[in-house]
Amino acid sequence: MTARHSKRRRSVLGPVLRHATLLVLAALTLLPFLWMVSTSLKGPDEILVADIHWWPRNFSAAENYGAAFRMAPLGRYLLNGALVTATILVLQLVVALPAAFALAKSEFRGRKALFAIVLFGLLVPYHVIAVPLFVSLHAVGLLDTYAALVTPFSISVFGIFLMRQFFLSVPSDLVDAARMDGMSEFAIVWRVMAPAALPAISSFAVFSVVAHWNDYFWPLIAVSSDALFTPPLGVVAFRNDDAGTHYGPLMAAATIIVLPLVAAFLLAQRRFIEGIAFTGIK
Amino acid sequence: MSRIEIDGITKSFGRRPVLKGIDLAIAQGEFMALVGPSGCGKSTLLRIIAGLEREEAGSILLAGKAVDHLPARDRDLAMVFQSYALYPHLTVAENIAVPLTMRRLTTAERLPVFGRLSSRSRAVRREIDVEVAQACAMLGIGDLVDRKPGQLSGGQRQRVALGRAMVRAPKAFLMDEPLSNLDAKLRVEMRSEIARLHRRLETTFVYVTHDQAEAMTMADRIAVMMDGQLIQVGSPEEIYADPSDLRVAEFIGSPKINVAGADAARALAARLDDPAMALVPGLRLAFRAEAATLVDPSEGGLVGVVVHLENLGADLHVHLAIEGQAEPIIVRRDPHAPRLRLDERCGIVVPPERLLAFDGAGSRLRAAQIRRAA
Repeated sequence: MTARHSKRRRSVLGPVLRHATLLVLAALTLLPFLWMVSTSLKGPDEILVADIHWWPRNFSAAENYGAAFRMAPLGRYLLNGALVTATILVLQLVVALPAAFALAKSEFRGRKALFAIVLFGLLVPYHVIAVPLFVSLHAVGLLDTYAALVTPFSISVFGIFLMRQFFLSVPSDLVDAARMDGMSEFAIVWRVMAPAALPAISSFAVFSVVAHWNDYFWPLIAVSSDALFTPPLGVVAFRNDDAGTHYGPLMAAATIIVLPLVAAFLLAQRRFIEGIAFTGIK
Repeated sequence: MSRIEIDGITKSFGRRPVLKGIDLAIAQGEFMALVGPSGCGKSTLLRIIAGLEREEAGSILLAGKAVDHLPARDRDLAMVFQSYALYPHLTVAENIAVPLTMRRLTTAERLPVFGRLSSRSRAVRREIDVEVAQACAMLGIGDLVDRKPGQLSGGQRQRVALGRAMVRAPKAFLMDEPLSNLDAKLRVEMRSEIARLHRRLETTFVYVTHDQAEAMTMADRIAVMMDGQLIQVGSPEEIYADPSDLRVAEFIGSPKINVAGADAARALAARLDDPAMALVPGLRLAFRAEAATLVDPSEGGLVGVVVHLENLGADLHVHLAIEGQAEPIIVRRDPHAPRLRLDERCGIVVPPERLLAFDGAGSRLRAAQIRRAA
């Protein structure tokens, strides 16, 4: 009787502990984010004060969000961000799908060596090659253009790797059937492999869009004209050395910038988790 | 429709040779079965004919022309795969239409929306729809056209795969174990259906299988392959009744052919007209289950003990243990004949003309050869 009792108590205790731990971690992760949203709703007199209160006494949302759009061309930055991330994603897929297909399903001399190079590429963070990239873009006169923001990322070794792993699981008979049906190798990539790989493509899309939408480092180096700024660069416009930083509008701008990502993630959440579970990549 | 000539094909994977010089001519409109145990190279040979695999030496001729330099898509052959290999994201009708759209529409005309703008593209697409509908009707899958492969049963998928192969009237059909993934009952049904399809289309079929029953029931001719070599090519009747090699005799036919080892062979050979036969070293004698009759042990012949009775309804298979031999001898018997009991001793008698003799290496010995050897 007692044994059964304690056993049941333990079986309740386990999940409670697990959930408590997860709740604390989730709260820690969410805290700065909520503080950002909260600050974006407060007036300047409420922001830098000693006591912590989450709910603003006087709502200054209209002022802050209005100022965010007035003080900097935030709309332009958002459009730049969308254009750059979309172009990067399209180029990455155009390169990664055929490359992954060749590495997974074609027989050719040096395939193993080539794949080893791809794996090696995964180990190199792009910050390491930032200076050579900068110098070469300068040499071809592309600095401070959209091309400077896009081209360095058009080949994603991670994308090639992810797609190759997925393509390995596609039966070779399907590829052979497509060959018999009269498809060229490129037609097979786009008409057979790409539709089969949609879960993997969408999870890769999330990784890619998040990484490049949030990227601060490379745009900071590559462009200097205000008109080409991506959202993270735009946020810096609110840090004003002369008049002090305008925290309200800054936080409002930051909120606006993360909003598209949060919305996209919520919409694609199921697909995204499926894709990760499917490819076994965490 | 066309002749297929296979001329001295060799192939190896790494250091392991899989095909050791295969020569075979398949006539126009013929149903040729390539049969053999798994790993004998039959699928590799089929893939070489298809152009999916490259041979190391030798040549493939279609309608008299060498096609060795042509990739699979330019050989105008259709293939049905064991796994069906249907496109999972396309409906049944779209799957069957693929070989036609790939050949009749240009790249621009195949584009999703813009492709439908030109009037030529629309006309071709209408034509394709009609042909796909005809193929579906012929295979009895007309009501499935809008389903995806994931929603179909194995038998239905098999039909779709057949439809995709036949819709463009290729020079020949290549089939790689197309029935292996079906359950036993459906397999028997599809066997006669594919045979009917062959008679109706009058196209050359090359059919790879490890199931000798499929080869026996469907093919005009059977090519038996073992260890990368063609051992015998002939009609099903020929292969069954007159095998040139012990391995062929053992592979073809169910139940498996009985092989009498040295001692038992002597007992059987004693009854042969040809006394020289008993003198051949390593002699083995084989006979089919239906060739033997059971007699009283006192009447002589080979004596065995009944160890198992297998009643199949129409036939009764009697398993008899023979002294000095690991495998039992199987004799077919009319189930209405007097009942046998387990452990009963019986004499096994085989008429001499139905005994097949093989030498120590497994090669068939015919009467003339035996006399020469002795």
